[in-house]
Amino acid sequence: MADDSQRFVADHVVGLPRSGIRDFFAIVAAMPQAISLGIGEPDFVTPWHIREAAIFALEKGKTSYTDNLGLIRLRREINTYVEHNFELSYNPDNEILVAVGVSEALDIALRAVLNPGDKVLYHEPCYVSYSPSILLAHAQPIAISTSAEDQFGINPDAVEAAWEPGCKVLMLNFPTNPTGGVTERAKLERIAKFAIEKDLLVISDEIYSELTFEGEHTSIATLPGMQERTIFLHGFSKAFAMTGFRIGYACGPAPLIEAMMKVHQYSMLCAPILSQEAAIEALKNGGPAVAKMKAQYHRRRDLIVRRFNEAGLTCHLPKGSFYAFPSIQSTGMSSMDFCQGLLTEQEVAIVPGTAFGPSGAGFARASFSTSYERIIEATDRIERYVDKVRK
Amino acid sequence: MSSVLQLLLEGEHLNTAQMAQVLGLSESDISAELKRLEGEQILLGWRPVFNPERAQETIVRAVIEVKISPERDGGFDRLATRISRFDSVESCYLMSGSYDLLVIATGSDLREVATFVSERLASVQGVLSTATHFMLRAYKEQGHLLLSPNEDSDKPAVSA
Repeated sequence: MADDSQRFVADHVVGLPRSGIRDFFAIVAAMPQAISLGIGEPDFVTPWHIREAAIFALEKGKTSYTDNLGLIRLRREINTYVEHNFELSYNPDNEILVAVGVSEALDIALRAVLNPGDKVLYHEPCYVSYSPSILLAHAQPIAISTSAEDQFGINPDAVEAAWEPGCKVLMLNFPTNPTGGVTERAKLERIAKFAIEKDLLVISDEIYSELTFEGEHTSIATLPGMQERTIFLHGFSKAFAMTGFRIGYACGPAPLIEAMMKVHQYSMLCAPILSQEAAIEALKNGGPAVAKMKAQYHRRRDLIVRRFNEAGLTCHLPKGSFYAFPSIQSTGMSSMDFCQGLLTEQEVAIVPGTAFGPSGAGFARASFSTSYERIIEATDRIERYVDKVRK
Repeated sequence: MSSVLQLLLEGEHLNTAQMAQVLGLSESDISAELKRLEGEQILLGWRPVFNPERAQETIVRAVIEVKISPERDGGFDRLATRISRFDSVESCYLMSGSYDLLVIATGSDLREVATFVSERLASVQGVLSTATHFMLRAYKEQGHLLLSPNEDSDKPAVSA
């Protein structure tokens, strides 16, 4: 077929870069024998009691649409969970929206609040969808670089420096994919003050919050004056190992949830009911399974970070998530060259840091969502590769 | 619980060197800890979990409900220990409810287990009655599902 149909593609979509992850995936997919530390999801299967709840719901014939906002039973459970774990309270009737993963929640939040040309501050390296989602909402992304010196937490000075007239939204994601960075409370307090001063809306993606290994996770929404200007996003994919269920939620002031609901209603209608039923079970009874998985991630993290440092790749301790983000600068290679070489010569896949934004240059993301044996074998091979390329 | 024991109970098969790497300890630290766990009988032993059907080995297993009379000194312990010493007995538990001991016995065929029950177990002084149930099929063995074939994962090798 002739490919002149390209002329129909919208200008702002033509301009979007393909995700760097996809490019790398194409190479890795052709090497099934490679050890992949490139997987951005849990290696655990969803706990059986949650899967079983979904099966039971299917058996009962739960195959309908739901309220656009999601099942009220689920919204009540979400409120209970968020109250207990984040010290935040929302009205299940109009301040909580169930979405198809945090990805959809983020997209509809941006589309609901942004006018063409509005500016959005976000920190980088970050999850691959942030900048494209802003562009798809016809707004302008403004990246704030985070660095290994700050353990990839966000520096309030950098936020203030990046701000310019026209900024409407600040997006946060802690713990961060791909760096595992968190931002401590004192810094969040400064950022909160600045957000109030400049009248910024904060969209906070807290999908990795349960997987915080050191200290307590603080949501910016809990800080004084912030709940009324924060859209709190969370979901089930990571802590509950439910990526394929595609289910998440947004909590925020009623007018914002109402606006998001309009976009959601006309695009998605509602999240799948089976996933919503599974999510209810996860919130009610998933705690012990989450704790067990977290304990394993914790040990794996300590192992992989130690091994990277032994191998000569300086690696900060990610305080949350299941990603390590070692520096490959000691090799003098670019992220892409390092990762491609490692894949070809040692058959280990890690993701070039540049897939997560230009400020990821000089780093690579390694997921420790895999067995000890594979982590040991992969890091042994990485050590051999580093030794070789340094000579 | 010691970190070594926690790691063992997670269930991934690791050698001493790998365990040392995971926990950031030396191999001799791991060996010393394993020795301590065994010495204090916290760790009782090592056994593979295997699937006799796949290995085409015939193993007959029976669950036996045993009623015994408690003794003035020591209650059920002496008799339970005595029963447990038989090689045929894989496990033995004191139970609440309508019987006293739950004994899991194994043998290479039906006759071997039946002989054990009638000639050894039932004849122990203090054993009042036995009820033997032969196991027909295993579906889960010590945390491992037996009837779930390993399917290829649809998970992408690299994802965001």
